[in-house]
Amino acid sequence: MINSYGVRPSLIGRVLARGSVVRRLDWVIIACVVALGVISSLLIFSATRAQLIEQHQDPAAFLKKNLLNLAIGLVLGGLVTALDYRLLRAHAPILYALSCLGLIAVLSPLGATVNGAHAWILLGAGFQVEPSEFAKVALVVLLAMIVGEPRDGESRTGNSGPGLPDILLSLGLGGLPMALIMLEPDLGVTLTFGAIILGVLAVSGVRRLWLFGLTISAVLAAAAVVLLGVLKPYQIARFSAFLNPAADPRGAGYNAQQALIAIGSGGFFGTGLFHGEQTTGHFVPEQQTDFIFTVAGEELGFIGSAVIVLLLGILIWRGLRIATQAADLFGTLVATGVVVWLAFQTFENVGMTVGIMPITGLPLPLVSYGGSATFANMLGLGLLQAVHIRSRPG
Amino acid sequence: MNPRSHIRLVVLHVMVFVLLLVLGGRLWTLQVLDGAYYKQFAEHNRIRDIVVPAVRGQILDDKGRPLVRNRTALVVSVDRTTLSRQPDGGRAVMRRLAVTLGIPYAELSARIRICGAGIKRPCWTGSRYQPIPVDDRADPKQALQIMERQEDFPGVTAQVQAVREYPRPQGAQAAQVLGYLQPITQDELNRRKDFKVTGFSGADLIGREGLEAEYDNYLRGVPGIRQVNVDSKGRVTGIASEQAAVPGANLVTSIDAGVQATVESSIKEAIDTAHRNGKHADAAAGVVMDVNTGRVVALASYPTYDPNIWTGGISQNEYDALLGKGSGEPLISRATQGQFAPGSTFKISSLAAAVGDGYNLHGTYECPGSFMVGSRAFRNFEGESPGNLNLHQAIVVSCDTIFYRFAYEEWLRDGNIHPVKDPKDPMVKMARNYGFGRRTGIDLPSEVAGRIPDRSWKLAYWNATRTSNCKHGKTGYPNEPADRNAYLTAIAAENCVDGYVWRAGDAANFAVGQGDVLVTPLQLARAYAAVANGGKLVVPRIARAIVRPDGTVVRRFDPLPPTELHVPQNVLDYLRSALAGVPVEGTARGAFADFDLKKVPVGGKTGTAEVYGKDDTSWFASFAPADKPRLVTVVMVSQGGQGAMAAAPAVDRIWQAIFGMHGQQPLLPGGVLPNGLPTFNPDRMVTTP
Repeated sequence: MINSYGVRPSLIGRVLARGSVVRRLDWVIIACVVALGVISSLLIFSATRAQLIEQHQDPAAFLKKNLLNLAIGLVLGGLVTALDYRLLRAHAPILYALSCLGLIAVLSPLGATVNGAHAWILLGAGFQVEPSEFAKVALVVLLAMIVGEPRDGESRTGNSGPGLPDILLSLGLGGLPMALIMLEPDLGVTLTFGAIILGVLAVSGVRRLWLFGLTISAVLAAAAVVLLGVLKPYQIARFSAFLNPAADPRGAGYNAQQALIAIGSGGFFGTGLFHGEQTTGHFVPEQQTDFIFTVAGEELGFIGSAVIVLLLGILIWRGLRIATQAADLFGTLVATGVVVWLAFQTFENVGMTVGIMPITGLPLPLVSYGGSATFANMLGLGLLQAVHIRSRPG
Repeated sequence: MNPRSHIRLVVLHVMVFVLLLVLGGRLWTLQVLDGAYYKQFAEHNRIRDIVVPAVRGQILDDKGRPLVRNRTALVVSVDRTTLSRQPDGGRAVMRRLAVTLGIPYAELSARIRICGAGIKRPCWTGSRYQPIPVDDRADPKQALQIMERQEDFPGVTAQVQAVREYPRPQGAQAAQVLGYLQPITQDELNRRKDFKVTGFSGADLIGREGLEAEYDNYLRGVPGIRQVNVDSKGRVTGIASEQAAVPGANLVTSIDAGVQATVESSIKEAIDTAHRNGKHADAAAGVVMDVNTGRVVALASYPTYDPNIWTGGISQNEYDALLGKGSGEPLISRATQGQFAPGSTFKISSLAAAVGDGYNLHGTYECPGSFMVGSRAFRNFEGESPGNLNLHQAIVVSCDTIFYRFAYEEWLRDGNIHPVKDPKDPMVKMARNYGFGRRTGIDLPSEVAGRIPDRSWKLAYWNATRTSNCKHGKTGYPNEPADRNAYLTAIAAENCVDGYVWRAGDAANFAVGQGDVLVTPLQLARAYAAVANGGKLVVPRIARAIVRPDGTVVRRFDPLPPTELHVPQNVLDYLRSALAGVPVEGTARGAFADFDLKKVPVGGKTGTAEVYGKDDTSWFASFAPADKPRLVTVVMVSQGGQGAMAAAPAVDRIWQAIFGMHGQQPLLPGGVLPNGLPTFNPDRMVTTP
C-alpha cells in the first residue's frame, strides 16, 4: 500500500486499509451497540430523573454513571478484541478459578444483598461488583476450551463430538458456579448458566442422545428444585404470580402487573420520552435495571420496543454468523456461548416484562443499568469481535 | 466445523428467530391491540380523587342573626384502615396519641370502636372507612407534633375543619328546632349514591333532626373533587383537575331570636312557678306564630339541652342524659312532638260545633255546678254554678256543664249507645275541621298528629286492648295501691265487654278537650290562628329563604295556601270577642293584671286538662291584638296545674316583651314581622380551611 509518491501511508490509511483489523471488525455489531447505548442512556435517565430530583440529587447521576460504564465497557471490549482469543484459551482455567473465588467471596461476609439476592461485593466508594456476571464470560471460554478441541491423545473422527470425559468435565465445572449462584440465590443467572452449557455442548456436536438427556435432566432438575423447596418463598411467589398476576396485585404479582400496565399503556407510539406517567410515578420497581424495558414500552411505544428487540436480534444474528464463520471450533463455541447468553437474557428479560416469562432478576443486555452487567456484555461482544477478525474470510 | 455442529447452529438460528418473533408478537398484542385497556388501568394508577368538603350553611333568624354557624377547629382523626395495617394493630400508635393529646388510652381507643350490638358509647356511628374524629379541641402544638412525626402517627391526621357552633343570639337556643348532625352511617352511604365520603372526618355528617335534617340538602353544599396525580407510594405529585366545593346555602328562618329567647325563658319560669305551687311540672312548650301566614316566630320546648354536646363525639353519659326518661327527654320538641289533652282551650271547636248543630249563638244556657250525663255527674271546675249564661260568658268563665249538655244531647240524637246509621257527631267533625288529629305540615321532621278519638278509633282501640283488658278485669292490678287497683279493674272489666261503644261520657269529655283527646301545642296555635284570621287554617313554616353565602336567594318559601275552616264569620267574630273578654274579666284576669289591655287587647283561653294520676296540664292559647290579630301564642305546661296559674302568666310575659310594656323596647312593635329578607355580611362566613 504505497502510493505513487512513495510516501508511507498515513496511520488512518493503514487502519482503514483492506484487510486491516479495523476493516475486519463487525461494524454492524458496533452500530447496534452504539444505538443500544444511546437508547439505554435515555431510558435510564427517564427512569431515574424524577426520583433523583425528589431526593434533591443530580437528576443525571444515573445517566452519567451509565455513560461511564459504557465507556469502560467499550475499552474492555476493545482489549478483548485486540487479544488473540486463542491466548484466552490458555488462560481460561485461571479466569474460571478467579470467577469461582469471586462467587465464593460473595457468599462470605464480604458479600452484600441487593433485592433479595446476595450477589454483590461492595468495593467501597459506592462501587460494587457482581461476580456472577463475569463468571459468564469465564464459563463461555472454559466450556469452549474443554469441548472445542480434542484432548491430548483423543481423536475425533467424522461426526463424533466431544467424548464422555469432556462432557462430564463440562457439566462438573459448569455445575460448580451454578451451585454457588443458586446459593446467593439468583435463579435467573443460574438458568442463564444452564442455557449456556446446553447451547455450547449442543453446538460442540455431542450425540443427539446426550442432548436429549441433558435437556430432560435440566427440566427434571428445575422441577426438583421447585419441589424440594430449594427455592425461596419469594421466588415461588414470583413464579405463581407469573401464572396469575392479578391474584395478588400488591404482592408478588405487583411487578408483573405494573410492568404490563406500563408497557400496554404505551400503545403504538408511546407517551413520548420523559412523558411516561407510570415511569415518573415509579409504579414499576427496579425500573432502571431489570425493568428498563417497561420505560421503553411506555414512553416509546410499540415502535421503540420493537426497535430495541430488533437491535438485540441483529446482535444475536451477527453473533450466530460469527459462530458459523469462525476459524476453528473453539471460536465457534465461544461465539455460540456468547450468543446463547445474550439471547437467553433478552428473551427472559423482555418476556417477563410482557408477561410471558416468570420474573427473575436478569438485566436486559446493553440496555439495563449496571456496571458489572455492562462490562460483562462488552467483554462478551469483544470475544465475538475477536473471533470475527480471525475468522475465515468471506 | 463438523456437520453436526453446523446443523445445530442452524437450529439455534431458527430458535432465536422464533423467540424474537414471539416477543414481537406479544408486544403487538399488548401495546397495539390491548393498548386502550391498559391505558385505562394506567389512569386508575395515577389519578386519585380527593373530595374537598363543603362548608355547611348557617341557620339564621329573621333578622340574619346566626342560630347555628361554623367555627374552625383542629380535629384529630384516626384512620382505622391504616392502623390495622400496623404490626400490633395500631396499639402503639394509639398509646402515643393518648399521651400527646392527654386523653386516657382506654377512652381514646373506645372512641374509635365501631358502634354495634353490645358496644356502648363512646363509639363511632359512622362508616368504618372514614377517619374517625377523636378530638376536636386539639391545640396547634399537639396538631404540629402529630403532623411532623407522621412516622410515629401513621393513620393519624390533624386538620382544620369547620364544626357547628351555637352562638345563642339574644340568648335564644332553639335546640329542638335546629336539630343536630350525626356521622353518616354506612347504611346511608350505601343507600344514597350522591353522598361522597370526603375523608374529612368531621364533614361527613348528616342532619338527623330539626332544620338540620329538613333542609340538609341545601345546607350541606356540594363537595368539590380534586384529582391529583399520585405516584406508586400514594404521594401527591401534582393536581390534574379541580372542581371547587360549593359551600352550603344559608337557611333564613322566621324565628326571631329575641322572641324565641323570651318564650324559652318564659316557659322555664312557668315551670319554676308551678314547682313553687307544689306541682310536678315536667315539660313545657311555647309557640308564637303569625296568624295569617303561619310563619313561626318562636318554637320552644322544655326541658332543653346544649346542642354543643353533639360536636366532637358524645359520651354514653351525655347520650343517656339526652335520651333517658329520667332527664325528661330533652331531644323531644314538646311543641310538635308532645301530645296533651287540650282542656277548655278546645271549646273554640265545641262552641262552633254546637252552633253549627243548631244551638242559638245568642241564646242563654244554664250553667249548673254539675250535669248528669246518663247516670254520672259531670262537674264544673270546683263545682261552680254561675247561673244562666250566654255563650260569650260561658267562654269567659269557662263553664263546662253547658258543653256537657250540648255533647250529651247530640249524642242522644245520634242514637244513644245504639248509634243511627251515619251519626252526625258534630263535635268530632268540627275538631277535625280545626285541624286536630292530623299533622300541621310544619317543615320539621317527626311531627306527631295528636288524637281525635271517634267511634272508629274506639273500636280499633278496643280490638287492640281487649285481651289485656279482659285479663285485668278478672285479675285486677295487684301491683297497684288498693284504691287505684279497684278503679283500674273496674274500667278494665267495663272496657272488656263493650269498650268499643261511643258512650255519653266519651262525648261529654270530648266537648271540653278531655278524655282521649290529644293535641300538640302547634296544632292548638294553628286552630286559634284560624279563629283570629277569620277562618283560614294555615300551614306553619319556619323556613323563609335559602340564601347563598354571596347573597343570592336560591329559594323563597312563600306561605303555603291555607285550607278553609268551615265556620261562619259571625261565629268567629263572636268567638274572638268572647276570647278577648277572658284576660279582661275571665279566667285569665289575674295573669294579665299587669298588662295594658287597652293598648294591646289580647284574646285567649285558659285550659286545665286533667290527667289521671298526674297534675293538670296547664294551657293558655291566645292571639293579639284582639281587634286586628297578627300573632298567636300558645303555652303548655305539663303538670303545671291550672291554665291561669302557669301557662297564662307565661303568655302574658311573652306578649309584654313582643309589644313592649312597662317601658321595655318592643321586640316586634305592633306585632308586625319584618317583610324583607335580612342582608348579611359575607365576610362573616367561615371559609374552608
